[in-house]
Amino acid sequence: MTAVQWILENLPQILELTVDHLLLTVPAVLAAFLLALPLGRLAVRLPRLREPLVGGIGLLYAIPSLPLFIVLPLILGTSIREPLNAVAALTLFGLALMVRSAADAFGSVEEDVRLAAVAVGHSAAGRFLTVELPLAGPALLAGLRVVSVSTISLVSVSAVLGITSLGSLFTDGFERGIVASIVAGIVMTAVLALVLDLLLVALGRVLMPWRRPAPRRAGSREPAQVGERGAA
Amino acid sequence: MIEFRQVSKTYSDGTAAVEDFSLTVSSHTTTVLLGSSGCGKTTLLRMVNRMVEPTAGSVRIDDVDVATVRPVALRRSIGYVMQNSGLMPHRRVVEDIATVPRLNGAPRAEARRRAMELMEVVGLDPQLARRHPGQLSGGQQQRVGVARALADDPNILLMDEPFGAVDPLVRLELQRELRRLQDDLRKTIVFVTHDIDEALALGDQIVVLRPGGRTAQTGTPRELVEAPADDFVSRFLGLDAGRRKLRAAPRPGGGQVVTDDAGRPLGVLDDADGGPSAGAGE
Ligand SMILES: Nc1ncnc2c1ncn2[C@@H]1O[C@H](COP(=O)(O)OP(=O)(O)O)[C@@H](O)[C@H]1O
Ligand SMILES: [Mg+2]
Repeated sequence: MTAVQWILENLPQILELTVDHLLLTVPAVLAAFLLALPLGRLAVRLPRLREPLVGGIGLLYAIPSLPLFIVLPLILGTSIREPLNAVAALTLFGLALMVRSAADAFGSVEEDVRLAAVAVGHSAAGRFLTVELPLAGPALLAGLRVVSVSTISLVSVSAVLGITSLGSLFTDGFERGIVASIVAGIVMTAVLALVLDLLLVALGRVLMPWRRPAPRRAGSREPAQVGERGAA
Repeated sequence: MIEFRQVSKTYSDGTAAVEDFSLTVSSHTTTVLLGSSGCGKTTLLRMVNRMVEPTAGSVRIDDVDVATVRPVALRRSIGYVMQNSGLMPHRRVVEDIATVPRLNGAPRAEARRRAMELMEVVGLDPQLARRHPGQLSGGQQQRVGVARALADDPNILLMDEPFGAVDPLVRLELQRELRRLQDDLRKTIVFVTHDIDEALALGDQIVVLRPGGRTAQTGTPRELVEAPADDFVSRFLGLDAGRRKLRAAPRPGGGQVVTDDAGRPLGVLDDADGGPSAGAGE
């Protein structure tokens, strides 16, 4: 049986595993993103806390993934095979990457713009939601893309513990000596990472339209000549 | 009316930016705070809308201590223009101008209509409404900044070196237009600059500041030029180095040619009896 035949025959199962993979990935990426926002903003607000906070949480990434998957249930009181356990571990890894991105993103909002937002009378919450968050958006998106790809690849590790995902194609493939299964796992993981990344890029385009280059009419025309009316 | 009552500001790092400063700004007039960089102008200006809290003294608007007004509400009632326009890079011009009316609860359509009106008032082509600030020239950005500050028709306008970052020709034009606007709108304006020519051109009242936010002299432009209080003011106005000394010499066609101290022509002074042409006819 060729690899292609095997894949075609097992397509329903592969798709099911893909869905499982997504169900582990998306909540973890979302949770990591949402947790990183207040932490990143705090790091900018309190510069002295920045390194302990960002560096400290960043170190979580150095924990080998397999032991974390095994240790977390002891802390959370979940069982090793519960998907929640994997999501929690993946969230921590995502957070480790995302906190630094978030701190950099909020730090990149220009002080003048922040002050202008204060001067027009935005409340603190209004300022965060309508000014800082959108302006930090591009850098947040860059961080989110890294977290998304990294999470998709990390999910597979949890298959070793019996949590089903595309990683199960590797574990099964090894156990039963089916090369096609391993190939399918690799291809589908890559495809999934690519698709999610493209979705994120598209989302960024829709949410942050001001990043597109200026709609100039005639090539080199200076904007000053278009709209400034002469003196009275 | 805005009153600064013996205000001081010492920042947390110990910098004494302003010490014991008092000033009354009459309603519907323009007061210019004039001083070199770091003398405390921005600090003083921001005390009015509570972006800076004085460490001593108080600021009163129409006899109400601003410390008793919620900062957010206070700021929504006062226009503020910054040097680098402070426009929101992610908002279209029309949305940015509509910010304060929106914050004050105006419906979206109403706020937009108001914003479009203001673009007209500050001399911006309505075509620019849908641009983002990155797609505007420096002069246009400052006009948008002024429009945003005026959008909800505040009584008070605070302007912090609003024309400091644009090139000199545009700056002159913006100054001229601000004067025209002020003739119509009669706001109470506090205008910060380090440019003496700008101060003379715009101020009904000018406050010359020394470092530490201390007043060197307060007066009308004319009073300052006619009777500078001391050497510091005199030097600051450029009265000592001959920068403002003018000479007049008879002109062949009649009237007088006015030159600066170095002999460069600045303009023509007509004869009292009716100008150059009257002389030429004889
Ligand atoms: N947030 C701050 N913290 C500490 N010092 C400040 C702060 N803001 C301004 N200063 C200092 O206060 C002095 C006056 O500043 P500022 O009011 O900005 O002057 P100006 O607007 O006239 O240039 C300067 O010495 C400046 O360095
Ligand atoms: Mg300043």
